[in-house]
Amino acid sequence: MDISTRQSGTATIVDVVGDITLYNSPEVRKVLLNLLKEKKSPRVIVNMLSVKYIDSAGVASLVEGLKLSRDLKSTFALFGLSRTAQEVFELTRLVRVFEIYTNEEDALRGGSPNTNAAPVR
Amino acid sequence: MASIPTSKGDNPQAPTGAAISVRNLRVNYGSREILHGINFEVPAGETLVILGGSGSGKSTLLRTLVGLETPSGGEIWMRGKNFAAMSEEDRDELRKKMGMSFQGGALFGSMTVGENVALALQEHTELDESTIEIMVRLKLDQVGLSGFENYMPAQLSGGMKKRAAIARALSMDPEILFFDEPSAGLDPIIAAGIDDLILKLKKAFRITIVVVTHELASAFLIADRMILLDKGVIVANGTTKELQASSQPRVRQFLDRIPEPELTGEIDYLQMLTGDVPPIRQ
Repeated sequence: MDISTRQSGTATIVDVVGDITLYNSPEVRKVLLNLLKEKKSPRVIVNMLSVKYIDSAGVASLVEGLKLSRDLKSTFALFGLSRTAQEVFELTRLVRVFEIYTNEEDALRGGSPNTNAAPVR
Repeated sequence: MASIPTSKGDNPQAPTGAAISVRNLRVNYGSREILHGINFEVPAGETLVILGGSGSGKSTLLRTLVGLETPSGGEIWMRGKNFAAMSEEDRDELRKKMGMSFQGGALFGSMTVGENVALALQEHTELDESTIEIMVRLKLDQVGLSGFENYMPAQLSGGMKKRAAIARALSMDPEILFFDEPSAGLDPIIAAGIDDLILKLKKAFRITIVVVTHELASAFLIADRMILLDKGVIVANGTTKELQASSQPRVRQFLDRIPEPELTGEIDYLQMLTGDVPPIRQ
């Protein structure tokens, strides 16, 4: 898995490429917590377009990011969930907890997230 | 068997493309052979139900698949490796990819439900404790036990213990999940909830699932494929539709719930009384 960040206006986009699993999710967590806690990013958006599979450790890391963003009064969103990732979020009943968008434009624009957004593939 | 890889490569499938491939598996208890050369495969992401009556060898088969019994012969291929022939160290590594829900729950009585679910994550991963806490709550929520993380197993009903055991089996996000009689002893609503959970897990996490059961309604709901074991041999192996359509006498007897005929022959009856095994009826 590769993870990198880029800036778009005031938002920071976290590009994740590859599966997020038990063994690499600590890396995702570290990046997210650093962006929120140290860099004080007001909006963190995770690009899931290239994440085919996420397990519950990956989901838990994203939940930690979401929780911290709420504690710090910043915002946290996801976009581009694969069908499998969407199913994981549905099974864990998190589709209505996270801001989930279909694409980057919508995630940057914010507003009403489409919690039932069709998966991108 | 020349094509079978022997390296430690991360090939998630057996050489045939199946998640599990069992070949000529034999298991003995002492001098008594329980499984007499079992062959079957489970394609990745599918659910196999192992059916069979009491004493058919289905629980022995499941225990052997997870490494609790040592085969006396044959091969068990999982993730591209022969589980039956690997070192204990390699087996331990492979077991991290497996989850097992035992019939009686088998929770650690001195630990809370949450600690039971967290144990493998604490022992085998580098995850932060706060991540583990969230994972434990996710797993407990999936099995309908939200809020029970601080309960001791003794405080739970039988059905709740079973669900807690499933949450523990799920803790490491296994690629292969084994269930021993998941619905036994549960009321119909809880049992239906467990069937539903198995279906959801397969769909969302792409888990390959092996279930031992004699609950026919549950079996036909969750299975992609089924095998019917009888006296240590597979008498039927196919899709649910194939088994339902089978005219094989033993399959029909099992699926149509026809009781064993009484022993009418004097020799059969004498063999039964003296402990000799009567001939298998077809």
